[in-house]
Amino acid sequence: MTSLTLVRRIAARPSIVFEALTTAEGLSAWWGPDDLPVIKAEIDARAGGAYLVRFRTADGAEHEAFGELLEVDPPRRVVMSWRWALGGEPEELGRTSRIEFEVRPAEDGSELTFTHAQLRNDASVASHRHGWTGAFDKLERVLAAAPPDPI
Amino acid sequence: MVNYQAAALDRVFAVLGDPTRRAILARLEQEECVTVSVLAQPFAIKLPAVMKHLDVMADAGLITRAKHGRTVDVRLSPEPLREAADWLARYERFWSPKLDRLTAHAEAREREARRGENKATDE
Repeated sequence: MTSLTLVRRIAARPSIVFEALTTAEGLSAWWGPDDLPVIKAEIDARAGGAYLVRFRTADGAEHEAFGELLEVDPPRRVVMSWRWALGGEPEELGRTSRIEFEVRPAEDGSELTFTHAQLRNDASVASHRHGWTGAFDKLERVLAAAPPDPI
Repeated sequence: MVNYQAAALDRVFAVLGDPTRRAILARLEQEECVTVSVLAQPFAIKLPAVMKHLDVMADAGLITRAKHGRTVDVRLSPEPLREAADWLARYERFWSPKLDRLTAHAEAREREARRGENKATDE
């Protein structure tokens, strides 16, 4: 089970962060690549609801990601399935990922924890949700210590 | 090929998801070559359980084992870790700028909301 976790401290209250995650206007503001507009964003922010985001990259290509909202618990948590309808990474075509946003109140706003995992085995996602950070700190040290064999 | 790589990556992440296996990796990172019995010493679990963990790690290509007489030497084989790190780096490059923009957007909204609230208090 492959999974990526990123954390951001945000100087905004959780309800504002949650709105940015679950409204078409919010998604439009951040989903596209830098300085390039989101062409279309739609979201029905209920469990079982659908969303899609279409955007253009610097090479002019259009990409569209879509999925279903699997969990919606305002203002704390939203989980979505995610796959490419158009463009994206060739190796990702036809594969479904799971993206998860946890918003916790923090001293001066919110702490957002983002997780992207492949959707092959949900039990595995749950059991591996914890403990990556330490593993990857180590992994970086191991990789730094052992350069690849030149081919 | 892609599916094969994905399955191989899953095996690596399955290794990293377990604390005993991470502890074994950390040890092998410090010492180049350790025997199975020495590796097993710090753990409360029995040797056969450690051997099972080592089987999982060997399947993922993260360790190699070599028998010398009555002992088995274990070494770290870091290349699959590099592939796992590449996977993570690729998705981090994809998502990280988006989360930065999300942060900037939410913070701008917070400032607007506070201005609105201050105005309401003044009136």
